[in-house]
Amino acid sequence: MKVLLVDDEKELVTTLAERLNIRGLEAQWATSAEEAMTRLQTESFDIAVLDVKMPKVDGLLLKKQMQERCPTMKFIFVTGHGSSQDFETGASEVGADYYLVKPLKIDELIAKIKEALQR
Amino acid sequence: MAHMDLIGLSGIQFFGKMSASISHDLKNVLAVINENAGLLEDLCLMAEKGKSLDPVRLKRLAGDVKNQIRRGDRIISSMNTFAHSADSESVTIDLRELLGLLVELSLRYASMRGVRLEIDRPSDSVTVTTSPFVLLNLLWFCLDYAMTAAGPGKTVEIAAEKTADGAWLRFRKLTGMDTAAGSFPAEPERALMRVLNAQIRLVPDSREVAVSLPNKIQEE
Repeated sequence: MKVLLVDDEKELVTTLAERLNIRGLEAQWATSAEEAMTRLQTESFDIAVLDVKMPKVDGLLLKKQMQERCPTMKFIFVTGHGSSQDFETGASEVGADYYLVKPLKIDELIAKIKEALQR
Repeated sequence: MAHMDLIGLSGIQFFGKMSASISHDLKNVLAVINENAGLLEDLCLMAEKGKSLDPVRLKRLAGDVKNQIRRGDRIISSMNTFAHSADSESVTIDLRELLGLLVELSLRYASMRGVRLEIDRPSDSVTVTTSPFVLLNLLWFCLDYAMTAAGPGKTVEIAAEKTADGAWLRFRKLTGMDTAAGSFPAEPERALMRVLNAQIRLVPDSREVAVSLPNKIQEE
């Protein structure tokens, strides 16, 4: 299972990737939309876990860009806001498979990844 | 009439916007600490199964947690100073400190827009007697405009200077002023200017927005 984590909080994605790798997933990370798109040029991923609020290109727009390149890819959104109206509206507009609220629970994240990939 | 009554909804919206930004930053701090703690647990579980613990790795994780705690402490200190800015309608402040607070509060917004903020900090204090909360609100509007007008350089430099009559605050390096959309200052800014007895000047030749403040705000 190849997972791409994208969040501008570098320490968050690097640690999270390490934790997923310990659990047998193949996780890689990027700290910007630009970096994520560059990775997609040379590698393919089954699923991306995207932070909603990122500089320049946010998670919602990044999902559209990634999906154009990899139509079968699944997506999970991560947000710092538990009840943000703009997030919920935006996420439903772009068709998020799931969304999770920070701080993340690793078991919940893995369960959602598996669930999304089995859809 | 009290300043808060004069600025009304605009002041509440400003307070809400800043609080939302601060809470978002704090969420990120907690999220990073959460992952670091989780990784420590993972490493302990692996050690219980016979894998050796690397002290260097553990030390680095502890350092990462400490860094996040320092970051969280800085965010909360700014939040506290910001919250107390509404305590008094007229108090003598050093504008250098206020600009520091403005930048600290605006870092996330600036980062989202890919804009770098710089302060040209004079060595001598730049004091005026004013309403700190209302002034922060006005400067936020100015900074918001400045970020729009930052142009391809994507940098806004903020400076304060003392004059005989009060002080100037300048938002510089606005290379995109010619193409910045919208009218500025609009009514929300004008309401704040009236409270502060302030003036805003757009100076395209020197690529700056300049805000003049009197030495002392006129109290109602």
